[in-house]
Amino acid sequence: MATIQLAINGKSYSVEADAQTSLLTVLREHLDLTGSKYGCGEGQCGACTVLIDGKSQRSCITRVGTVLGKQITTIEGLATGEQLHPVQQAFLDEGAMQCAYCTSGMIMSAVALLKKNPSPNEGEIVDFMDGNICRCGTYSRIIAAIQKAAKMQRPTMAKGASR
Amino acid sequence: MSAKTNFEIPLEPERYELRAGAPYRFDLDRRDFFKFLGAGIVVVSVLKPAMVAQESGGGRRRGESLPKEINAWLHIGEDGKVTVYTGKAEVGQNIRTSLTQAVSEELHVPISKIELVMGDTQLTPFDMGTFGSRTTPTMNLQLRRVAAAARDTLIGLAAAQWKVDAQRLVAADGKITDPHGNRSVEYAALTKGQQLTETLPAEDPLIPAADWKIAGQSTSKVDGRDFVTGRHRYPSDQKIPDMLYGKVLRPAAFGASLVSLDAQKAEQMGATVVHDGDFVGVAAPSSKLAQSALDAIHAEWKAEPQPSNKELFDYLRKNTTEGHDVTGDGDSYDVGSIDKALSSADHKVTSTYTVSYIAHVPLEPRAALAKWDGDQLTVWTGTQRPFGVRGQLAEAFHIPEDHVRVLMPDTGSAYGGKHTGETAIEAARLAKAAKRPVKLVWTREEEFTWAYFRPAGVIDVTAGVRNDGVITAWEMHNYNSGSAGIRTYYDVPNQRIVFHPVNSPLRQGSYRALAATANHFARESHMDELAHAVKMDSLEFRLKNMKNERLRAVFQAAAKQFGWGKSKSGGQGFGMGGGYEKLGNIATFAEVHVDAKSGEVKVVRVVSAFECGAIVNPDNLRNQIEGSNVQGLGGALFEAIEFEDGKILNGRLSQYRVPRFSDLPKLETVLVDRKDIPSVGAGECPMVGLAPAIANAIFDATGTRLRSLPMVPNGLKTS
Repeated sequence: MATIQLAINGKSYSVEADAQTSLLTVLREHLDLTGSKYGCGEGQCGACTVLIDGKSQRSCITRVGTVLGKQITTIEGLATGEQLHPVQQAFLDEGAMQCAYCTSGMIMSAVALLKKNPSPNEGEIVDFMDGNICRCGTYSRIIAAIQKAAKMQRPTMAKGASR
Repeated sequence: MSAKTNFEIPLEPERYELRAGAPYRFDLDRRDFFKFLGAGIVVVSVLKPAMVAQESGGGRRRGESLPKEINAWLHIGEDGKVTVYTGKAEVGQNIRTSLTQAVSEELHVPISKIELVMGDTQLTPFDMGTFGSRTTPTMNLQLRRVAAAARDTLIGLAAAQWKVDAQRLVAADGKITDPHGNRSVEYAALTKGQQLTETLPAEDPLIPAADWKIAGQSTSKVDGRDFVTGRHRYPSDQKIPDMLYGKVLRPAAFGASLVSLDAQKAEQMGATVVHDGDFVGVAAPSSKLAQSALDAIHAEWKAEPQPSNKELFDYLRKNTTEGHDVTGDGDSYDVGSIDKALSSADHKVTSTYTVSYIAHVPLEPRAALAKWDGDQLTVWTGTQRPFGVRGQLAEAFHIPEDHVRVLMPDTGSAYGGKHTGETAIEAARLAKAAKRPVKLVWTREEEFTWAYFRPAGVIDVTAGVRNDGVITAWEMHNYNSGSAGIRTYYDVPNQRIVFHPVNSPLRQGSYRALAATANHFARESHMDELAHAVKMDSLEFRLKNMKNERLRAVFQAAAKQFGWGKSKSGGQGFGMGGGYEKLGNIATFAEVHVDAKSGEVKVVRVVSAFECGAIVNPDNLRNQIEGSNVQGLGGALFEAIEFEDGKILNGRLSQYRVPRFSDLPKLETVLVDRKDIPSVGAGECPMVGLAPAIANAIFDATGTRLRSLPMVPNGLKTS
């Protein structure tokens, strides 16, 4: 056990945990940030996806000791007050969920994708998102939501030019 | 408690849940009702209208006591807030939204003012469970009636207040308006100080689907914001003060018995260890400590040799339990003279089809949080049957059902896989020993191993057809997979259709669409085999043998959208499958591409036409149909449970392939809206057309007929 300092969603947290503990366990159990979900424990389903310094990572196979000093973003940190992040809004608009258990992880992966590639085509979305499982099968809606969010995020001056 | 009861859960015959459980009866005093809900207006709906009619002399009634067989109620508080109580459960099928729409439509209150309390055994009326696509045909209708009666009660109150004829008043947007008197009153002002109850059935006419304004429209998930922000708390997210984390020691194999146990180390680590019969589990202040304690337990198990998936289909044929089956109905169906018709047919085609065991893989595994207060037990858990789980808990702990409360927070899917309460029982057993609340979340491996599977099955079909394409004989035998969807909807004068129950080597139970998936796969594949035998077009052949207008309509609609009859290029294949199930009608057309070199099969495009009466929420309906086809891809192409000697060999997501983004075909959906037909469910039926459509398309592309699900776990063998 050690005291571990974590920077999550712009806040600083101090946690008593073994450095080998998974980041997902620390988020859910120690900090009660339950938006990140357990789905498989082996990085296969993406339900636990968070951003580490802006890049998507599976928190279930990330040891908490490896993320010290890094900026961690979880689903809880995405909206600004009541203002949803464009990807969150697009998921709502496109009805891109059923049970929505995968949704946090899908949204976090999509945010990471759009950071890397602000205008992904369908093939690029499929490639990037293939590690996230939606068992309810809403993939086509998630693709549409990501495309919509990409449009929403584009600077206003690019409007018209991009179409 | 004898922990043995945990593991001696009998094998579940298909649809076991429909025969389960004694009906629970509410007996509430009217005054208690208002004590609990607050003043206002309550409308209750009862399960058996006939019973009420007898008691009250017919129709609606007002009185001191409430009927015992309530199945839903609605309360309008003094603040005008509408709360609807139903025992149905939300598992991603979005009934929280569609039921809210139904209430909003009839009550003329905005969706935002309505709250649904669902699946809480203390607050909601008894409900057998959420399965069988029954929420829309039953609960949706009940709630519409309840809402309509509440609206009429409010109109009556306003009419009395203004001393005018109720006929001239109009309800809209949470108000009663008198168009002549140019005045209006909010519902809240009418409910103030009231303690009124109304009991259905009412004769009030419901708003016809053609006039729906809120129902019938696409409405996004009512609490969608809670999900995109991570705020919603699923069962596995529940947390209460003083809570411990539980883990259960799993036997080395199914049916294994414990020979020896050494849990000393685990106890020394500070964990609570429970050893009760064959049940062994631990509880500790952190999940990490609970896992370490579990790992420190040394146990020896004795297991018996058991069949493997390699000899499964032979095993199923040889282990039927006929003669001592309890299911009773629908197992055998005989019309005409099948043997004579088969021997005199121009063409006789016999084939055997098989389906594997598959797993539901709900993304949220089973989870439960249990808390004891004396001999009162409260459990939060993900289940489609909160009342069923309550009964199991009462039985396991030898306490009355009214000492148990089960709450079901909207859950991370189920697909028929969360009908039972083992996780709840395990958490409660640990909590009892630890004298503190315990949360238990199954690992993915536990979910793959200790839940139950979609039954595997063998289906033999022999059919006779005349040269002119008329089917004269149809004989079908289904071993183990189940009897849902076993009857043919084609018009065949001579039939023998038999379901043979089997002593299944694995624990099996309900899976979305039940055996209708397997039976449609066999039937619709065989239809293509027959069409091929008489050299007829698949669509023409089906329509020639099908009278049902609704089914014809979806086949024709899907064919049109698909462009049936268009020419194809190399590697391309087209196929169809469809049918009637859970009161809905589906036709699905698939386009596949088979790579000649690698044998890889890619489903390129899927077109489904679906009809389920009057559509309640078109966008959610599309979502359900798309989801059925995507989930159905897995069972059709590559999902199969491998097992040997009571062990699951591929019980992880790295070993068991489920459909992903890269498997996604282009999905097109045609909704056939029949406003003249009552709405029915849509969570299951749309799934059944896909597997045969793909099988028929693969045959069209390659000339190879695949008769086993999954069809191409490793690609198509082109040798």
